[in-house]
Amino acid sequence: MTRRPLSPHLSIYRFMYTMSLSILHRITGLALSCGLILLVAWLVAASRGAESYEHFRQWAQGSLQLQLLLALWLLALLFHLANGIRHLLWDADIGFERPQARRSAKLVVAFVAVAGTALLWFVFFGGRS
Amino acid sequence: MSAQLGSALGRVLGKGSAHSGVHHWSVQRGTALALIVLLPWLIGSALLLPDFSYDSVRGWIGGSWTAVGLCLVVPILCWHSQLGVQVVIEDYVHHDGVKTAALLLVRAAHVVLAVAGVIAVLRITLGSAG
Repeated sequence: MTRRPLSPHLSIYRFMYTMSLSILHRITGLALSCGLILLVAWLVAASRGAESYEHFRQWAQGSLQLQLLLALWLLALLFHLANGIRHLLWDADIGFERPQARRSAKLVVAFVAVAGTALLWFVFFGGRS
Repeated sequence: MSAQLGSALGRVLGKGSAHSGVHHWSVQRGTALALIVLLPWLIGSALLLPDFSYDSVRGWIGGSWTAVGLCLVVPILCWHSQLGVQVVIEDYVHHDGVKTAALLLVRAAHVVLAVAGVIAVLRITLGSAG
């Protein structure tokens, strides 16, 4: 394999809070990729009959860690979605000036905070089982 | 033939662009756009289920609109995910052998996930139709 230049030379930049969003985009992306395994496992469990599905459901709903993971996964999804739209707008040359990028960073964080609270409230206290 | 940039030696040594970057870039953006539409719809409709019992979930997956949506969203998710993980591996794994092995493994895992997901949805929706 040949050596081609690659992007993240993090150590040479002065830290700006917008950078943390860029890094978080990667981290949440990786987390969502792991969550994909659970999503497919859920579909497969449902396709294999009632017993197999109940087994999966008890495993998933019975563990506090998994419920916490699900909550984090939903937050990661909201963040990756909002910040991803930001990246797509940049690709279309919209909002790429520094002050705009900083403002949209705050907008993304605010969106995740508000929509995340609402979504988690609905999922975990919405009165479903 | 387009104009060749760089020296002859550079070309022989394989320096310069790999010429697969544009495809990677546009597929990543294309799948992102599709997911912006599909994911909120599917996750929203799943969360509106009265419960996550076997019957509710089977009925939901087996509904024709949901089934079509899932058969689209699962492979698109896998594709988008594979492209993203690929970039992370290329950026952070520097040992050539490990890098190649990791890339192949990630690609294979995503193909398996996509196929398994679509087969599961098809089994449910075709099974519940009859």
